[in-house]
Amino acid sequence: MARLPEAKAYQALARSKETTRPVAANVARAFLVGGLISVVGQAFMWLYETVFGFTEQTASNPTVATLVFLSVLLTGLGVYDKIGEWAGAGSIVPVTGFANTMASSALDARSEGLVYGVGANMFKVAGPVIVFGTVAAFVVALVRAVVEALV
Amino acid sequence: MIFFWAFVVGGLISAVGQLMMDVGRLTPGHTTVTLVVAGAVLGGLGWYEPLIRFAGAGASVPITSFGYALTTGALEELKRHGWIGVITGMFEITSAGISAAIIFSFLAALVFRPKG
Repeated sequence: MARLPEAKAYQALARSKETTRPVAANVARAFLVGGLISVVGQAFMWLYETVFGFTEQTASNPTVATLVFLSVLLTGLGVYDKIGEWAGAGSIVPVTGFANTMASSALDARSEGLVYGVGANMFKVAGPVIVFGTVAAFVVALVRAVVEALV
Repeated sequence: MIFFWAFVVGGLISAVGQLMMDVGRLTPGHTTVTLVVAGAVLGGLGWYEPLIRFAGAGASVPITSFGYALTTGALEELKRHGWIGVITGMFEITSAGISAAIIFSFLAALVFRPKG
């Protein structure tokens, strides 16, 4: 679809009226919070490896499950979104952000019922990650397999 | 030392996400989708696994590891069971995260009321 000249002019105007984003501060906060969530994850890895006898490979399963649980709990209590306002991508990029979108979609749709509300809306925001991740992984795995077969 | 690198690498991947949103003007959805695809590609190239060995949770907690895990699951099962493994192995590694997110989110919807 070609863009009309008026639309272009409008977009330029809208962009000039936009409040400038404090990029450096945003990036610093994202770094800090994303790093801290990873450190929390590392602490659980350590716990599952040393106390519960998981190996380095298998410890990431209970670690992810624990982070997801904590994220859903904090989402339900309204805390995760408060963190997100401050942290930006720092709360979106870790797996806790993925769980947060699912929990908040589920919570928001509760009033529409369990089936068409919670069930239908849970993946409304998280769905694209699964769809694109799966399709990308399928293509990458095929390419890799073909390359390995040929080389 | 692994805690330090977990912080640095987990922070850096999040900082890249923030740059994609602020400078690249991507929505959060487009940012996470791009990171997942990037993780899948890096996994296929064999570059993501060394990062996990180096940074631990710093590489396995960000959403990029979801793409890596999907690719790895598909490739491992392909080695074991042939071509059908690409489909049957896809969610083998990511099952914990997805199942936990579905179950806990459903329970949360029963217990909590939306805030704000």
